[in-house]
Amino acid sequence: MVDVKIKIKDREGVIHEVLAPTDMAMNLMEVCKSYELPVEGTCGGMAMCASCQCYVLSNHSMSEMEEEEEAMLSEAFYVKENSRLGCQIPITPELDGLEIELAPES
Amino acid sequence: MIKTDILIIGAGPTGLFTVFEAGLLKLRCHLIDALPIPGGQCAEIYPKKPIYDIPGFPEVLAGKLTENLLEQGKQFEPGFTLGERAETIDKQEDGSFIVTTNKGTKHHAPVVAIAGGLGSFEPRKPLIENIAFYEGKGVEYFIKDPEVYRGKKVVISGGGDSALDWAIFLADVASEVTLVHRRNEFRGALDSVDRVQELKVLGKINLITPAEVTKLHGEDKIKAVSVTKEGSEQIIETDHFIPLFGLSPKLGPIANWGLEIEKNAIKVDTFDYQTNIPGVYAIGDVNTYPGKLKLILCGFHEATLMCQSAYKIINPGKKYVMKYTTVSGINGFDGSRKEAPKAVVKAIV
Repeated sequence: MVDVKIKIKDREGVIHEVLAPTDMAMNLMEVCKSYELPVEGTCGGMAMCASCQCYVLSNHSMSEMEEEEEAMLSEAFYVKENSRLGCQIPITPELDGLEIELAPES
Repeated sequence: MIKTDILIIGAGPTGLFTVFEAGLLKLRCHLIDALPIPGGQCAEIYPKKPIYDIPGFPEVLAGKLTENLLEQGKQFEPGFTLGERAETIDKQEDGSFIVTTNKGTKHHAPVVAIAGGLGSFEPRKPLIENIAFYEGKGVEYFIKDPEVYRGKKVVISGGGDSALDWAIFLADVASEVTLVHRRNEFRGALDSVDRVQELKVLGKINLITPAEVTKLHGEDKIKAVSVTKEGSEQIIETDHFIPLFGLSPKLGPIANWGLEIEKNAIKVDTFDYQTNIPGVYAIGDVNTYPGKLKLILCGFHEATLMCQSAYKIINPGKKYVMKYTTVSGINGFDGSRKEAPKAVVKAIV
């Protein structure tokens, strides 16, 4: 299994280029945590807190949003058109080269 | 002044299990929690979600787990200060502590165990200019006494269960209820969604979606809010604005207690989970040490070891050995006794 490369812009504007495994059932929130980036993941990945909100900057075709994610984003702050919850994005080979930015803390 | 042996801050699973382990050592516990109910995140945020990694439980609902923990510790008669946040800690000359809550309730104990999880749950405040100015002047993030709203105009915003439930409840109390949500869809129990729909048709709830409260008006207290729907703004007169956007945990005042903090967690010695302040322990998700895992099962282990150490502080020099409940049974502080049935000894002839 290959690792995919992901560029993560943190809240200070620093870009971190990280490698994420595609065979460990990880999601984007967990990848951020594994690199000790400042993502809380308070609810553990249940789409219930929005602390892993990020903006998708590249043109990757992403997995469709499930209802839970849409509902949480409709109650979150700093939401933009390209907002997603990192915990709802599984790391797959298609995500190689993905670029995201962490949303402000709220 | 409430007096106890171990004052536990946080009534989540780790705090609740501490009551049991302390009880085996004949130590009494009292718990403080910012939430109005015990159970912490498990009870407040995801009571209906299953947990699969509690040893011996192939599957258990989070709410059921905390119910069971309360039941398990019941005979040790824990005390509770709920709906209050531990604010300050003062070390006494004899080494004991007085912990005071935001409502002024004082607790005195020789040992303090912080089992605060990710922190105390604070309301998530919407990003509206001047909202802080109106707090307590018509803007409320919690509904404590619904009678306050009798005959008043109320605007609620949010799209989850609490926004729906309170809109339904206040429809019969307030003179006018407006519910504003960013989407047409609500994330709540199906019957609450249906009920809001009915009340809308009956004209008892003024539902505005997809829309947002964008401005607050009023000189000394709130008089009106601006609601923006699809680019156009309307002004709605109101006496109260209640944003219900859920809760987010904050370490809060504990961060100023002089404890060594690393990345929002309290550093402990893994020997007994004591912090840099002797007599103050940190257990469960709130602590950190090399190799830390934020798991309920690790919190249980930490609570157990912590109680053994706390015993030595509370009963200096007094001998004790760890006992097995299967062998010794459990003597409750309420006079109850649980024990294994005696073995039957019978001759075979």
